[in-house]
This record gives sequence, structure tokens and C-alpha cells, in this order.
Amino acid sequence: MLRFAARRLIGMIAVLFAISVIVFLIFNVIPNSDPAARIAGRNANPTLIARVSADLGLDRPLPVQYLTMMKQIFTGELTSYATDQNVADQIWRGLPATLSLTIGAAVLWMALAIWFGYLSAVRAGGFTDRALTILALVGISMPVFWLAAILLYFLSFKAQLFPTGSYVPLTENPVQWAYHLILPWFTLAVLYVGFYSRVLRSNMLDSMNEDYVRTARAKGISERQVRIRHVLRNSMIPIVTLFGLDFGAVVGGGAILTETVFNINGVGLYAGQAIGKLDLPPLMAVTMFGAFFIVLFNTIVDILYAVLDPRIRLGEAAPV
Amino acid sequence: MSPILTVRDLQVSFRTDDGVVHAVDGVSFEVSPGEVVAVVGESGSGKSVTAQTLIGLTRAPNSKITGSVMFEGADLIELPDDQFRAVRGEHIAMVFQDPMTSLNPVYRVGDQIAEMIRAHRDVSKAEALSRSVDLLRSVGIPNPERRVRDYPHEFSGGMRQRVMIAMALALDPEVLIADEPTTALDVTIQAQILRLLDNLNRDRNLSVVLITHDLGVVAELADRVVVMYGGQIVEDATLDEIFYNPQHPYTWGLLGSIARLDEPRPERLTQIVGQPPSLLNPPTGCRFAARCKYAFDKCTQPPALEARLGDATHLDRCWLTPAEKLESR
Amino acid sequence: MKGDPLLEVTDLVVHFPIKSGIIVDREVARVHAVDGVSFTLHEGETLGLVGESGCGKSTLCRAILQLVAPTSGSVRFDGQELVGLSRRDLRPLRREMQMIFQDPFASLNPRKRVGQIVGDPLELHGLASGAELKRRVQELLDRVGLQAEHYNRYPHEFSGGQRQRIGIARALALQPKLIIADEPVSALDVSVQAQIINLLEEVQEEFGLSYLFVAHDLGVVRHVSDRVAVMYLGKIVENSDSDALYESPLHPYTNALLSAVPIPDPRKNFARERITLEGDVPSPIDPPPGCRFHTRCVWATDVCRTEEPALTAHDDGHVVACHHPRTG
Repeated sequence: MLRFAARRLIGMIAVLFAISVIVFLIFNVIPNSDPAARIAGRNANPTLIARVSADLGLDRPLPVQYLTMMKQIFTGELTSYATDQNVADQIWRGLPATLSLTIGAAVLWMALAIWFGYLSAVRAGGFTDRALTILALVGISMPVFWLAAILLYFLSFKAQLFPTGSYVPLTENPVQWAYHLILPWFTLAVLYVGFYSRVLRSNMLDSMNEDYVRTARAKGISERQVRIRHVLRNSMIPIVTLFGLDFGAVVGGGAILTETVFNINGVGLYAGQAIGKLDLPPLMAVTMFGAFFIVLFNTIVDILYAVLDPRIRLGEAAPV
Repeated sequence: MSPILTVRDLQVSFRTDDGVVHAVDGVSFEVSPGEVVAVVGESGSGKSVTAQTLIGLTRAPNSKITGSVMFEGADLIELPDDQFRAVRGEHIAMVFQDPMTSLNPVYRVGDQIAEMIRAHRDVSKAEALSRSVDLLRSVGIPNPERRVRDYPHEFSGGMRQRVMIAMALALDPEVLIADEPTTALDVTIQAQILRLLDNLNRDRNLSVVLITHDLGVVAELADRVVVMYGGQIVEDATLDEIFYNPQHPYTWGLLGSIARLDEPRPERLTQIVGQPPSLLNPPTGCRFAARCKYAFDKCTQPPALEARLGDATHLDRCWLTPAEKLESR
Repeated sequence: MKGDPLLEVTDLVVHFPIKSGIIVDREVARVHAVDGVSFTLHEGETLGLVGESGCGKSTLCRAILQLVAPTSGSVRFDGQELVGLSRRDLRPLRREMQMIFQDPFASLNPRKRVGQIVGDPLELHGLASGAELKRRVQELLDRVGLQAEHYNRYPHEFSGGQRQRIGIARALALQPKLIIADEPVSALDVSVQAQIINLLEEVQEEFGLSYLFVAHDLGVVRHVSDRVAVMYLGKIVENSDSDALYESPLHPYTNALLSAVPIPDPRKNFARERITLEGDVPSPIDPPPGCRFHTRCVWATDVCRTEEPALTAHDDGHVVACHHPRTG
């Protein structure tokens, strides 16, 4: 187990290193991305640009710039080119909103996905199954930003049922917190509900034909117990692993579009703004933050997999 | 002694995309207390479907089951689902062919046995687990206190089958249905399991319905033998009668196809040409006629399962006279 | 003893490493799948190989065909050493050795038609194409008892026995000298087994083939083989003429195996003296010291626990690896 953790830690460092280098290089290749020119303003003359450049340390060789930036990230001193704010601070401030959005959406999507998937599988071929299948496909096909805009327009603007976005901290007012998040939760969850319920349905249909399910029935336990304790339990294993990966990606920045449309001040929104301004430091930091989360969740998922399926032994090679 | 299980004119058919499959087409036999009845046949004979119907596993929206299976005064076919569930496991238990896939890989072995016990009895989890330990010991698993907490994949094939047997016997059923219990096991392990089943049969007066295609296993365990072909029974007799006085050409073919260790090598193995009949459109006359060396004109009419030898316990489904049969085999 | 030696296997070893580590994988243990196997197969002969799960017989087959690289040892086919040959050099030799697999449901590609499955080897080796290819394939299909129109069907449209016939046709396509049959009838019904065994014997005569016939059914092995070798935990423990093995088995394991097989004859079965082996086969990762069978052998003595017995000759061609062979 220790060997496994050590291995994963080294892997994480390697991944983060590789990502940081790639982001850095990409940024330096994008045209029009010279931060000095942007900060100096539209009408800046070359001297001014050169001075801003020197200030920001942009005249130094690339490897040096890279190392400086990495150092700043780890000491928390990284500041944005565009706004002079400390990047770490901004990310920290955006975290509660992002976590509220993503965790809430995750709970919602898992609950609905399991319920729909189970129903679909148990009533396979029937009307319920067909209806849920169509629903799932619609959910998967809808682009997040489009759905968000539609919901905002009809339910917030027109029908005035929900507030038009923005975030109310949990500590300030729990009811308002939830009320403001209902539409965003739903928007973010829809895609995943569709996808996960299909995966669960298909896993359950496969599991139902397994020999051990036949044995369970032969034992005389109730059909419902067979379905839940044997079929569902075994079908959940791939779902849990998928969830870990998706959740890591969503927290790490996948909620950008939802946060932007609903104007939720989270990490995603921050990243969105940084992209618009081609502001490297926040972009680098958010990307690293996202990568860190994804690798972390990847690891958690592997551990969870070993817990759920006793045939898997972590870190040791499989016996031949 | 009155039989504990009486199957009368059992018919099981399944609706499939290709049509209706008549898997079991009029099967009748009896099992007495403490008796081992072997149901012998090959793929497509209907033996597995018969076995699974006895325990109610073939009930499905696309299946049609008619006939009767009398057990302790009740007809299992007519029994509603929840009442049948009470019988399953408690009175009639089943052991399946592949112990590797027949146990749920994510639950401990003790928990799986306990689940069965608690489905039928009102006992605490601790009590059920302790009973599981005793059960594992009774089937010859060493260190049962430790092994009860192990997962199925931590057992070898033979041990897993012992676990399955232990689980099946948890509630002291009267009848054990064993569907090819040793087919997936090595021959030395098979010998151990057969010995275990033999002991259980004698010590507990347990009736066993043994489904198999291996006539060696039949010779080892069975008291009576029922030979199935094309969804029907073609011969039903005692162990000795089947082996030393078989009355149906299919039985002769089966006995002849075996590469035997106890006799000199034949030049060629006796083979039965062709393949089993389609269960979608079963032939109208004798179902074995197409592959039978001795078929004659009367075989276009379906023969009934009758005692033609004057021995009420030996039934067969072949038009040949006993004298002709003696000559041919 | 038939013709010249066709296949000579000497001290063949196949170990699979078990690796573990943090950054670099280091070998922590090995699976001793095949641990020093030697035997000779002559032209026109059928050598039966018996053993139970985990004895290494499947790995041995793959190692002989170089589908798995042997860890050490030699495999000489028709005088030519196979171990260590490059893929390119092996290619022409592959035509001479073919394999029939156990599972008729898994060994045929479900997406290919039968004609393709049987014809691909001919095409790959440049032996035929177009109309000539089709003709040869149909000839083969006919020879194994299928019909010409089966050429265009898919595997799932056939029964187990028929699928095995397709596998045999495929193996025969290149007119090999050696066919290794890895449990070719185990997955089939008894009456179908007889059909396939008879077919295999017929084509052996007709095409002048030699067989390495691996099976766990002792009766089947005895029927088809001229000689039989018994494997246990990666080693051959007995090797002799077929009749001699069954009439006077020398190794305790062979005795136990034969004793464990139920005879389809109730009176004889009952009258027999039976030896039942206790326990399970030890793990090939950590085989017992000395004689590998000593943990389950009722006649084991001290020397069995410490010294590994070598394969020594007894009578005429009957070799056994045991300190106390069961003679008389």
C-alpha cells in the first residue's frame, strides 16, 4: 500500500511538471499574448512596452521565466499580469463557490443517475426504459452553456422562479445559497445524469446474467435484495471510478461554462476571465490546480476500486 | 416409501426471437427420500432447464411452464413467487457448475452463507456467521474460522465448490439439485467432491438430483438414472439396469462413445452421427430416429415412455422389442 | 516407436517473473510454469500430455511453438533449433507446426467468415489465392465433415463440435507436420467428442501428421496416444508407452490420477481400491522442495522432501521421476 502511494506521488509530480511546461510553452507561442503590450495599453510606445517587460521579468530567457513562475506558485507569491492581484488569493476566494457548485451537482447527478439507471435496467425494454433513454440522450446532447442560457431566460428572467445567478455564501444564508444554486446544479448535472444512467443500465443488464446472480436467486432471497445487493452493488464499481475522474475534472475547472453563465465567482469564472485577458499567471495556476485535483482523484478512485472489488490488490503485480 | 419429489408431464418452453423453443417436452420422474437420481444428457437435452425449473429459476415473462412438480403435498409450478421463495434454499437447494463465477466476488464467503440463512430464519448476523463456520467445517474446509472471512477468489476451485455445497446445505434442505457440480474441476478434485456428496447423501438422507453428462460420475454416485434427449426422457432405470441392460439406442451410443480406461482400446470410438434435434421444431416421430442405426418404419410415430421389459422400474422410449434390443446393442 | 525424431524438447524452462516496485519494477518472485521438461516426439506418433490445472501443459505448448519465449532450454523441430530464432526466421517453420485450441467458442474470430478463417493461413504464406484458395478451403471443409456452403457462414451459426471441425480445418490448411492439440475435445459433449477424436485419427493417417495431444481426460488420452507423459507442477513425472502407463503406472501421482477417474461401470467402480489425494496443488510460485509431489504423496519419505528425483528409465522406454516408484 505504501509502495502504491509512493508510486502515485512520484507520478503526480511528473504529471504536474509536464503540464506546467506545456502550458507555459503554449502560452508563449500564442500570438498577441505579450503581456507587456497588453498592460502597457493600446497606445504604448516601444520604450514603455520594454520597461513594462523588464518590470515583469519578461525579457529574461524562457527557462528562467519558467523557473521564476514555478517558484512564485509554490511560495504563493504569484501575481496576475493584468490585475496585480495575488493569484493564490483569488483562487482561494473562488473555491467555496466552485466547491458548492460541483459538490452539489455531483450529489444530484449521482442520485438521479443511480435511480434512473436502476429503473431503466429493471424495466428494460419497457416504456419507462425507453422514456429514460430518450431523456438521457437529450441530456448528453445538450451543450452546457446553451442549457444554462435557456434555463436562465425562461425560469429566471421570464418566469421569475429563480434568481439570475451569482453566488450567496453558505455561511451567510443557507436558504439563499441553495436557491441560487438550484439552476446551476441542475445544468451541470444534466449531462452526467444522462451518461451515468446509461452506463449503469448497461452494467446492470450485464450483471443480471452473471452466474452469481442466479445463485443468489436460488438461495431464496427476495428479488429486490438480489437486485440491490448483488446486481447493483457489482455494477456500481465502474460508476464509482468514472465518478472520481469526472468529479476531479469538474472541480479542476470543468465548470467554467456554468460558472460564467450563472455569474458564480468560482475558480472556473476566474479562469475564464484570465483566458479572456490572456493572463498567464492565473491560467498557469488554475491549470496546475486542476491537474492536481484530477491526479488526486485518480488516485482516490484507484484506492476506492480496491476497496470495492477485493480481487484488486493495490501496488502488487497481479499473480499470473 | 413415497417419493419426496414427483415431476409429472413437465413442459417448459421459451419465447425467443426465432420462435418458441420447447426445452422440456413432457418429463416425468420421481425422487425418493435419500435417493440420488442422475439426469444424464448432452447439450440441448433439456436437463439443465429441468433442474432449474425444479427450483423455480426458469420463471420469466417469456417462459411457459406446465405440468406439476409435487413436493410435500404442494405443486411447485402453481405456487406463487413469494411462497416458492420460501421453499428455495430451505427445502430445495441448488449447486451450480462453475464455482468460480457462481459466487459473488465482492462479498466474503461467510457473509454470502449468512445472507442465505437470514433470508429464511430470524437470526442475528453473528449467529448466522457462526453457523457458517460450522457449515464450512462440515464440508471439509480447513481453518473455517479464518476462511469464513475470505473472499471467493482466495479459494481454489475445489474449495469454492465446497463453499457452494456448504451454502446449499445451510438450512438442511431435503433435496439438493447439483447441476454438473464437478465438470469444471480437475479429476482429483472431482473425486474429493464426489466423495463429499456421497457422504452427505448417506449421513443426512439427502435426496440428490444430479445433472451430468459424465457416465463415470453417474456410476459413482447414482441410485437411479434418467436419460434425456431432445427435451424428453428416453430411459429411466436403476443404476445397474442402465449400465448392464440399457434399452435405448441413445443410451447405447452414450455408453459406447466413452473412451474407457478399464477396457482395451477399440479401433474407433463408437460415434453417434449427426447432431441433437432442433428444439424450435422438434421432429414429429421418435426424436432420435434421425441418428439411430436401428430406426425402422414405426419410428415415425412418437414412442411413449413405458416399461416394456416387464420391470415397472425400467422405462424406455423405443419401439424395438426387448429381444431386438438385446441383439442390437 | 514410429519414425525419426520430429520434435526434441530438452530442459525447457518457462518462468514468468512477478514484478513489483516503486519507480523501477524489480522481480520479487517467479511463476515456475514449466521447470525443465524434456521429451521426444517421433514422426507419425501421438504423444499424449496429461496433467491438471496449473501443471504447465498449456504454457509448454505455447513455448514449443515459440508463442511464449522460453526462459531457457532447447526445442529442436526437424533438427532445427527454434529457441532464439528471430520472427522472420521462424515464419517458414510456423507452417510446419499448427495448433488446435480448446474452446471452440473463443478460438474462432466471430467477425470472420469460415472461408476466411480457414483460408487466411494459405493466403498469408502465399500458398494460394483467389479461386484456387476457395477450392482448397472447400476441400478442407469437406474433409472435416462440413459442407461447401458453410464457406460463407459465421462461427456463431455452428455448434461446438462443428466449430472444432473448423479449427481442425484451419490447422490442416498449411499441411503441417506437427499439430499441437490443446484440450481439443474437453468442451464438447461426449458423443461429439467421439466424432472429433475419430476425425483426428483419420486425418493423422491421411496427412501423415504427428500430434502432441494435451488433455485432462485420461480415457481420451489413452485412446489416441502412442505414448503418454504426465505433468505435475511444471515437470514431467512419468513418460511411457500408452498401454504401459495405464496398466502399470509407476509414479504415485499417476496412480492417484488413474484412481480418481470414475469408471462408467458401477460394479467395477465400487470394487476398485481408490486413492484420494488430499488438499490442493501447491502454487507454482513457490514449489515444494525436493520432489514436488511429496506434500500430497502418502508414500513420501525424508529423501523425497529434500532431493528432487530425476527422470530415470525403468523398463523399455518407461521413465519416471520418483524415489519410490510403485512397481509391482
